[in-house]
Amino acid sequence: MLTFKQYVRAQSLDEACDLCQKRSNLVLGGMLWLKMEDRAVNTVIDLSDLGLGTIEPVEGGWRIGAMATLRDLELHPGLAALTGGAMAESVRHIVGVQFRNLATVGGSLYGRFGFSDVLTLFLALGAVVHLHKGGDVPLEEYVTRPYERDILTHVFLPDQPGRTAYLAQRNISTDFPVLTCAVALRPEGVRCAIGARPMKASLLTDEAGLLSGGVTPESAAAFAEFAAGRMTFGSNLRASAEYRREICKVLVRRALLACKEDV
Amino acid sequence: MELQLTLNGRPVRASIEPDTLLIDFVRAHGCPSVKRGCETSNCGLCTVLLDGKPVLSCSVLAARAAGHSVQTLEGLQAEAEEFVGFIADQGAEQCGFCNPGYVMNTIALLRENPDPSDDEIRAYLAGNLCRCSGYEGQLRGIRAFLNAKKAKEASTNG
Repeated sequence: MLTFKQYVRAQSLDEACDLCQKRSNLVLGGMLWLKMEDRAVNTVIDLSDLGLGTIEPVEGGWRIGAMATLRDLELHPGLAALTGGAMAESVRHIVGVQFRNLATVGGSLYGRFGFSDVLTLFLALGAVVHLHKGGDVPLEEYVTRPYERDILTHVFLPDQPGRTAYLAQRNISTDFPVLTCAVALRPEGVRCAIGARPMKASLLTDEAGLLSGGVTPESAAAFAEFAAGRMTFGSNLRASAEYRREICKVLVRRALLACKEDV
Repeated sequence: MELQLTLNGRPVRASIEPDTLLIDFVRAHGCPSVKRGCETSNCGLCTVLLDGKPVLSCSVLAARAAGHSVQTLEGLQAEAEEFVGFIADQGAEQCGFCNPGYVMNTIALLRENPDPSDDEIRAYLAGNLCRCSGYEGQLRGIRAFLNAKKAKEASTNG
């Protein structure tokens, strides 16, 4: 259970950032995961008054505020068009509408959770996170960084030509995923993210040139084998590492072919 | 700390601890329909509407609701009465513990999408767990309500 002595609604990003320098203070996202922790802190910092809940078009893509909810992502027509429906597909299995009305994009990405659907898709989409002090950081770099005392204010999603597909395997609906897979097929190549292994998602490109001749059932299967061989998998209550590796082959192949079918 | 919000249309002002959860606040202010279930943000029993959107009150700080509107089943009796009889007719309320959260989320669904398909109903209510009914009776009840509403509208227009 999360307990604390003081609640502060920050009135500026500088105030929030100053407050979060103390190790005994904590920034709130949707609070869904934080409330599960057995933790006592001094002050929680709420970003709700800072106007970070918007999703807006900007030059070259979309700017998504850290306090935008997963439900906002699910229902946004611009993000649906950008991803060919993959955005809604990536979040619609996460618990329920009531949960997704609370869970935030910033909380999902800052947490870099090993089970995150959002992290998986945003990695494949080439997202760039913006930190109040640290500036722009590509998500693929951010995911490897230690947790820093900075405020993630928004995320930029580039509007690039190509197709996107998102697939996840769950043992039962609304549960944590056993494996997540996002594929973005771009003119310059494929970006394939695999998450819930059960470690935080990581990104793979076609460095071996297996898809250089285009996506076919054979090349998709070859890349899927390559992906399953390159990724590290672990075991937990939901699935074994061996099972995840087999599922990885299936999801990557299907996602690639789904991108191809869409063209 | 001092908290001011609107609860079921009434302005409420109270002194709270900073880490008070919204579920505890509304239950302490005359809304026992809001049930404590899993407390892990999974079951939907504690669903309330925050500025019209369904949320899990076990996972929202009361302080975060300051200045906003909170609605519970106590404030939405008339809207609920339109369809809960159809659910009862299917025997789908069973033990009844999940019903308030389930009814609250159904209200949110029907406000957002007045004519949902069966798949849309299932998807919207996926975050409301029921250990008695197996969900089919609830789906039949909502479907029966929607069909009855359409028939009534058709007869009125015809």
